[in-house]
Amino acid sequence: MSDYSWVIWIPVLPLASFLLLGLFNRYFRKEPIAAYIGMLSLGIAWVLSLYTAYQYYFVSGIQNGKYIPYLPFRWEWLQFSDHLSIELGTLIDPVSVMMLVVVTTISFMVQIYSRGYMHGDSGFARFYAYLSLFSFSMLSLVLANNLFQIYIFWELVGVSSFLLIGYYFEKPSAIAASKKAFIVTRFADFFFLTGILLIGYFAGTFDIETLNSMQTLKWIGAHPGPVFMGLSAVTWALILIFIGGAGKSAMFPLHIWLPDAMEGPTPVSALIHAATMVVAGVFLVARLFPLYYFTGDGFTLRIVAVVGAFSALFAAVIALTQEDIKRVLAYSTMSQIGYMMMALGVSGYEGHEGMGYMAGMFHLFTHAMFKALLFLAAGIIIHAVHSNYMKDMGGLKKYLPVTHWMFLFAALAISGIPPFAGFYSKDEILHAAFKYNTIIWFTGFFVAGLTAFYMFRLFFRIFYNGERTYEHPPKENSKFMLFPVVFLGILTISAGWIFTPFSLYVSPTREPFSYEVHYFSPLVLGSVLVALTGIGLAYLMYYKPTDYPSRVARAFGKLYFWAKNKFYVDEFYLFVTKKIIFDKIARPFAWFDRHVVDGMMNAIGNTTLWISEKIKFIQSGRMQEYGMYFIYGVVFLVMVYYFFNF
Amino acid sequence: MDILTLFVIVPALTVGILLFTKNLRQARLTALAGMLIQTAMAFHLLWRYWQERSAGNDAVMLFTKDKLWFPTWGIHYHIGVDGISVLMIMLTSLIVVAGIFVSWKIDDLPKEFFISLIMLATGVFGFFISLDLFTMFVFYEIAVIPMYLLIGIWGSGPREYAAMKLTLMLMGASALLLVAILGIYFHSSPDGHYTFNILEIAKNAAIPPAMQKIFFPLAFIGFGTIGALFPFHTWSPDGHASAPTAVSMLHAGVLMKLGGYGIFRVVMYLMPQGTLFWTDFFLVLAVIGVVYGAYSAIRQTDLKYINAYSSVSHLGLVLFGLLMLNKTAWNGAMLQSLSHGFITALFFALIGMIYGRTHTRDVTRMRGILRIIPFIATAYIIAGMANLGLPGFSGFVAEMNIFVGGFLNNDLFKQTMTVLAASSIVVTAVYILRVVGMMIYGKPKEEYRGIPQAQWYEKTAIYILIFFISAIGMIPSFWIKFIEPGVENFLKPFLH
Repeated sequence: MSDYSWVIWIPVLPLASFLLLGLFNRYFRKEPIAAYIGMLSLGIAWVLSLYTAYQYYFVSGIQNGKYIPYLPFRWEWLQFSDHLSIELGTLIDPVSVMMLVVVTTISFMVQIYSRGYMHGDSGFARFYAYLSLFSFSMLSLVLANNLFQIYIFWELVGVSSFLLIGYYFEKPSAIAASKKAFIVTRFADFFFLTGILLIGYFAGTFDIETLNSMQTLKWIGAHPGPVFMGLSAVTWALILIFIGGAGKSAMFPLHIWLPDAMEGPTPVSALIHAATMVVAGVFLVARLFPLYYFTGDGFTLRIVAVVGAFSALFAAVIALTQEDIKRVLAYSTMSQIGYMMMALGVSGYEGHEGMGYMAGMFHLFTHAMFKALLFLAAGIIIHAVHSNYMKDMGGLKKYLPVTHWMFLFAALAISGIPPFAGFYSKDEILHAAFKYNTIIWFTGFFVAGLTAFYMFRLFFRIFYNGERTYEHPPKENSKFMLFPVVFLGILTISAGWIFTPFSLYVSPTREPFSYEVHYFSPLVLGSVLVALTGIGLAYLMYYKPTDYPSRVARAFGKLYFWAKNKFYVDEFYLFVTKKIIFDKIARPFAWFDRHVVDGMMNAIGNTTLWISEKIKFIQSGRMQEYGMYFIYGVVFLVMVYYFFNF
Repeated sequence: MDILTLFVIVPALTVGILLFTKNLRQARLTALAGMLIQTAMAFHLLWRYWQERSAGNDAVMLFTKDKLWFPTWGIHYHIGVDGISVLMIMLTSLIVVAGIFVSWKIDDLPKEFFISLIMLATGVFGFFISLDLFTMFVFYEIAVIPMYLLIGIWGSGPREYAAMKLTLMLMGASALLLVAILGIYFHSSPDGHYTFNILEIAKNAAIPPAMQKIFFPLAFIGFGTIGALFPFHTWSPDGHASAPTAVSMLHAGVLMKLGGYGIFRVVMYLMPQGTLFWTDFFLVLAVIGVVYGAYSAIRQTDLKYINAYSSVSHLGLVLFGLLMLNKTAWNGAMLQSLSHGFITALFFALIGMIYGRTHTRDVTRMRGILRIIPFIATAYIIAGMANLGLPGFSGFVAEMNIFVGGFLNNDLFKQTMTVLAASSIVVTAVYILRVVGMMIYGKPKEEYRGIPQAQWYEKTAIYILIFFISAIGMIPSFWIKFIEPGVENFLKPFLH
C-alpha cells in the first residue's frame, strides 16, 4: 500500500518555480538559470507522475477488480454552507493519473524545447514563469476533487493562456488574440459557473466523488428539479457545464479564439493550445461522466456527440484551405478534440459499452503526444525559415532531416495509419461511433479522410514541393529543440500499441477490461483506406508544384472561399460584439447614465437654484414688506386653523 | 482609556499635531506616524478580538463602552466592535497608510491636505465603532465634509462641480437617513424610553411593521447613495475623476463601504419586516447597478471613470449580497466590501502614479507602458485580474460567496437575479482587458522616454495593497472566521 502523499508535490513544484521566477524576476536575467529552475521543477514533477502512474496502475490501484480513488490531500478552503464548500485536494483515480502523465510529459518537453526556441528573448525568465504557472494550474485542475476546484484552476489556466498568447505584448495581433481568448473562454465560464451553481443547489454538493456516486445519481434521478423547456434543472446544469467545457476546448461555435491563439510563441501553442489546456473540456465531461450518463437519460451526451462530430468536420474543412501552418494545426486540434468529445458522447457505461469513453481518453493521450510533436516540429520549421506561411517553405527535407521524419510520423499518426499511435485510438472512436449512430460514424469516417489529406498537404508543401533556395539555409541547430521532438516521435510510434488495450487503465466504471484490435475488420480497413486515399490525393496535388490545387479550389468555388474565410464566424462575432454590445448596449448605457440619471440629479440642483433665484428678492431688507408678509402669514394660519378645526 | 476610543483619539491627535507642522516633510511624517500607530492598533485589536472569541466570549459586540452624552435625548457615546468592524478598521487604517505613501510628494498645501485626509479617516473610524445611531450619524457627517475640501481644493478637472455634486447628493441622502433615524428613534421602545442604541432597539423589536415599510426605503437610500446604489450613484464617477489620488483611494476604498456597512448594521438589523417587504425592489436596483455599471465602464476612456463605474458594479454586488439574506451571501458581501476596498484603492493609486507620469488618464492616448514602467504596469494587470475575479485574489472568494449564497435561496426570482448579476463577470473581463490591451500592452510611445520608475514610497503602497488582496484571496477561511459570528448575530432577526 502506498499513501500517494508525494502527489501534492506534482503541482507544488511548478508553483514554486513560478513564484521564484515571477517574484524575483530580476535575479534571473541569465537564461540558463531560469530555464533550469523551470526544467528541474517540471522534471521532478514528471518523474513523480510516472512513479504515481506505475504505482497506481500496476501496484496498488486495483482492489477487487476495480480502480479505487485515493485522496491523499484535502483542505477545506472555503465553506459556503453546511454541505457546499470548496475543497482543494488531490484526487487520484485512473483519469487524473493519466492526465498527470500527459500534462507533465508535454510540459517538461516544452520546457526543454523553450530553452532553445526562446533563446535570446528579452523576457526569457518571464516566459518560464508563465509556463510554470500554466503547469501548476493545469495539474491542479486535473487533480481536482471538487467541482469548484476545477473552476478555480480553470480560470487560472485561462489567465496563463492569456499571458502566454500575449507574450509578445508589443504586437497588435498578439494583443487582440490574447484578449479574444480570454473573453471568449470567460464567456463560456459564465455558463460553467451557472451550471456549478445549479448543481450545487440541486445536488447539494460540489464534491466530484459524491456527485458521481450511485447514491447521488439515484437521488438526482428522483429529484431532478423543476423542468424548463422539457429538460430538468440538473440536465440544464450539465448542458451549461458542457458549454463551459466547449469554450475551453474550442468546440463550435466557441472555437474562434483557438486559431488566433497561435500568436503566442510556438512552444506555448504546443503546450496549451494543442496538447493540454484545450482538452480540459474533454476532461471535464469525462470527470462527470456518470452524472452525464445517468441524468436525463444521457440527453446531454447526445449534444456532446453532435457538437463534437460537427466541430470535427467543420474544423477539418477549414483546415484544408489555410495557408499558415500553425493555423492548419490549430484547426486540426479543434477537429481532433471534436473526435474526443464525440467519443465521450457516444459512449455507454458498463463494461464494453464504455469503449467510447475509453477511446476518447486514449485519443486524448495519443493526440497530446503527436500534436505536441507537430507543433514543436512546426516551431523548428518556423524558426528556420522565419515565416508561418507555407508559401515560404518547400523542399525543406534536405535542410531539416530529423524534423522531416518526426513530422512524417506524427502526420501518419494523426491520419490513423497503423502502427502509429493515432490509429489505435481513432479506430476505437470510430468503432464506438458506428455502434451508436451511422451519421455520426460517417462524419468521423469522412473527417479521417480529410485529416489525412490536409496533414499531408502540409507535409508535402513544407518538405517537398520542388526545390527552393533560402537566403539563410535553414538548419536544426539546437539540441534543446531536437531532443523533445525526437522523444515525442518515439512515443508517437510506440504509445499506441504499448498501451492497447487502454481500457486496462481507463474506463467509465473504473473496472479494467480488455479488448482486441481487429486489424482486418471492414471498419478498420475502411478507415485506413480512406486515410490512404487522403494521403494519395495530397501526394498527387502537392508532392510537386502543380496547378491542381488552384483548379480544385476553383472547382469548389464558393465552398472553398467560405472555408478559407473560416465560414465568417469571426465576422459574426465581431458584428455581435462591436455593433450590438458596444454600440447598442454599452453606449446607450453610458449615455443614459450621463444624460438621464445624472441629468435628473443636475435637474434637481438646477431647479433649486432657479427657485432660489426667483424668491431671493423677498429678502429686500425693507421692514414694511416684512411686516406685510407677517400679516399675510398670520391671516393664512388663522384661516387654516379655522378651516380645519370647525 | 479603552482601546476603541483610541481609534478616534489617535487620528484626532494627529490632526492636532499636524496643525503645527511647517512643511511637507514634517506633515507627511506626522501623518504617517499617526496612521502607523493606528494600523498597529488595528492589528492589535484584531488579535484581541481573536482572543476574546477563542475564550468563548459570544457577545454580539465586544469591548463595548457606554457613556451618556445628551441625557435629554438619550444619546449615548456607545461603542463596540465585532469581527466585521474590526476588519473594516484594519482596511481603513491600511488604506490611509497607503494613501499617505501615494501622496508623499504632494506639493500644494501639504499640511492642510493631510489634515483633511486624516479628519476624514477619523470620521470613518468613529463610524465603524459606533453602536449609537446618533453618534454614528455624527461620525458619518465628519467623514463626508472634508471630502468637499479635498476635492474642491486639491482636485483636478471640473473639481468645484464634482465636489459640490458629491456633497449635495450625500447631504441629501443624509437628510433621508436622518428622517429614518428619527423614525426609528421614536418607535425604538414600547414604553416610551426612546433610545438610539442599536442593540437595544433590535432587542425591543418595537418598530411596527407599517413604520418599517416607510422608513426602510429612506434609510436604505440614505446609506445606499454612498454605497453607489443605482440610480443614486452619479456623484461617484465625477467625484472620483476630480479627486486627488489619495482621496479617490480612501473614498472608493473606505467611504463607499459605509453604505453597505450601515445597511447591514442598522437598516436591515432594525427593520427586518421592512427588509422583507422591500427586498425584491432593491434587489432589482442592485442588479441593475451591477450589470449597468459594468456595461457603462466598457465605453469610458478615462481611467478613473472606468474604475468608478467598476466600483458601482462591484459595490452593487455588496448590496445584492446583503439583500440575499443568508449567511453565505452576507459573508460574501462583507468580504466584497473588504476586497473591493483593497482592489479599488490599488487601482486608484496606480492611476494616480500613471497620471503623474504621462499627464493623461485617457486610455486611448496611452500605449505600451509595460515596457516603460514595468512595476506599475504589472501591478495594474494584477489589480485588473483581481478585479475581474481571478481565483487567488480577493475578488473571487467574495463574489463566489455572494453568487452561491444568492443561489441557495429557494426562490426562482432570486436565483434568476443571481445569474444576471453573475453575468457581469464577462463584462468585467471586457473592460479590464480593454485597458490592458490599449494602455499597458503595445509599443511604447516615443514621448515616454525617461519617465521615472516607481519610487520606494509608491512601491510600499502597492505592496501593502497587493499583499492583502492575495491574503484574502488565498486564505479566505481565515477572514471569514472574523466575519461569520457577526453575520450570524445580525441575521437573527430574519431567522424566525
